[in-house]
Amino acid sequence: MPSQYFVPDPEGHVPNAAGYFGDFGGKFIPEALVAAVDEVAVEYDKAKSDPAFAAELDELLVHYTGRPSALTEVPRFAEHAGGARIFLKREDLNHTGSHKINNVLGQALLTRRMGKTRVIAETGAGQHGVATATACALFGLDCTIYMGEIDTRRQALNVARMRMLGAEVVPVKSGSRTLKDAINEAFRDWVANVDHTHYLFGTVAGPHPFPAMVRDFHRVIGVEARRQILERTGRLPDAAVACVGGGSNAIGLFHAFIPDEGVRLVGCEPAGHGVETGEHAATLTAGEPGILHGSRSYVLQDDEGQITEPYSISAGLDYPGIGPEHSYLKDTGRGEYRAVTDDAAMQALRLLSRTEGIIPAIESAHALAGALELGKELGKDGLILVNLSGRGDKDMDTAARYFGLYDADGGAGTDAVVEADAAGEVAEIEGDAK
Amino acid sequence: MSGNIRLLSDTLARARSEDRAALVAYLPAGFPTVDGGIEAIKAVFDGGADVVEVGLPHSDPVLDGPVIQTADDIALRGGVRIADVMRTVREATRATGKPVLVMTYWNPIDRYGIERFTAELAEAGGAGCILPDLPVQESAVWREHAEKHGLATVFVVAPSSRDERLAEITAAGSGFVYAASLMGVTGTRESVGAQAQDLVGRTRATTELPVCVGLGVSNAEQAAEVAGFADGVIVGSAFVKRLLDADDHAAGIAAVRALAGELAEGVRKR
Repeated sequence: MPSQYFVPDPEGHVPNAAGYFGDFGGKFIPEALVAAVDEVAVEYDKAKSDPAFAAELDELLVHYTGRPSALTEVPRFAEHAGGARIFLKREDLNHTGSHKINNVLGQALLTRRMGKTRVIAETGAGQHGVATATACALFGLDCTIYMGEIDTRRQALNVARMRMLGAEVVPVKSGSRTLKDAINEAFRDWVANVDHTHYLFGTVAGPHPFPAMVRDFHRVIGVEARRQILERTGRLPDAAVACVGGGSNAIGLFHAFIPDEGVRLVGCEPAGHGVETGEHAATLTAGEPGILHGSRSYVLQDDEGQITEPYSISAGLDYPGIGPEHSYLKDTGRGEYRAVTDDAAMQALRLLSRTEGIIPAIESAHALAGALELGKELGKDGLILVNLSGRGDKDMDTAARYFGLYDADGGAGTDAVVEADAAGEVAEIEGDAK
Repeated sequence: MSGNIRLLSDTLARARSEDRAALVAYLPAGFPTVDGGIEAIKAVFDGGADVVEVGLPHSDPVLDGPVIQTADDIALRGGVRIADVMRTVREATRATGKPVLVMTYWNPIDRYGIERFTAELAEAGGAGCILPDLPVQESAVWREHAEKHGLATVFVVAPSSRDERLAEITAAGSGFVYAASLMGVTGTRESVGAQAQDLVGRTRATTELPVCVGLGVSNAEQAAEVAGFADGVIVGSAFVKRLLDADDHAAGIAAVRALAGELAEGVRKR
């Protein structure tokens, strides 16, 4: 029986043999990692065509993760989007609370096939770290998670979850002390321990084969959503919308729709305080092609190739790079990317909570804000599919500070937003990052 | 062979003819300041280094340990630019007549422009580049420009490199081969692994190029040990650490000169 949930790209024409999607991708890695990265590519190729691998992954995705994930229509939320119909792909309902588990289970099986006993990973919001720690507990693998020190504070709940699951969490104090620096530190660990360690990379960036492999593990998101929305509405959506940091949930949603020319693929990047302020992480909007973390893609950098420090209220999107396939989709025009500010994302977070009883992650709230805007552009006949990539429990401290929800704030509640105070609190957290 | 690469090759050949290993020192440009960095390079040559690699500080030095990360950070906060790296190469070469290479991550060159970078480096008197995150497969355009301007392209090999890959890498490289003594990032180590000797042997089987060993070497004893089987001994973090630990700049300069002297003795005790 063909696999239902492990659905790698059947076309197989991108990337090419050297790992390029058009001009983007490749393998810019130190010699010490070449053998290990090649091993991942070879093992993944073998696994991809091995029915036993697909069967085992399917079993996990159904009985452990809970696939297929639901597709939820959100009419009360959509009233604020010009009357367009909006459906949410509920990756937040997966075990561990985000889409990240799709990729993690695939790579954990691969780790076992390679005979490696230790896994390392980077994490920004902690969702990939939690998913990785979960899989390591399940498979009995040693687990070390690198996380920027700033992020360990703004996502403290997830740090506790990872430690509860038995992982070692290492706060990274170099650079901007966020996701980019966590990846740097994970690479340093990998170079030193590559003989028994797999780097379970969490997004569709990095050297080939990671962008294609991680995409394949997430491709199920769009495959399911496409089938579900056709069943429910009898047609394809006008737009598929997702937030974009490294780009894994977005490519997972987009990929099955690439051949459907009538479906716009819309990625929402973090504009932070506004792209014009320089305090953002809108890589495709404001970046230039360059090399970061092993591949060529758009990068936030200065005129001499130094990577500039990104900023977003969302730890999971606070990254100056982007997966190479998104750069390819942007340059070919198949994908469109827009930037969403912190404030717009936070307003969308509150709106979905209040109208539908679903608290989204701040990352996913960027996609919701994008959908609100897009709905107004499309009008009442519009049909929008949004990837709700993660749930917001982890973000309650940031949200409470932003909206003044704590008793110490006078219990103001979210309607009387104490904007000045809230902004002050958030600025304090950011201030540490700079 | 023509251009500045010649000076590098001649220097390494001379060390070989003296039946010793060459001492190759690494220092980042702009650390602690641009002028201070130039002074440190001159002191290291004065102490006995044969070749110097000037690091181009990077925001994301993925292959460097904490010591060089700290130095890069200081240099970047001081506002170091590629023009300063070129000035460092020019002044160090002019003052000493010795070969100076640049060691850099790939993105700065990619962004600056390959032709512009190679032309300026050659004009400044640089002997070539070490590009630790540019694999051979991605290096064709770079090598074309480097060759045109008489610059060496030094590739890194690692203990994990398989023999057929070593042959591919050394066939594309020039100047010398940088053999990483161990699997890891830059930084001083208690001992230099036995892996290094094996790697040098396997590398030599594929090329006539000199093979220099780096990563982990910090003292004369280790330098002597590596000199027993390699054509050159590369020392970086130990120099940077002396500058970081010094009470003032003059003491730092004296300390790196002294370390170069100790290491220069070490490479002569094979």
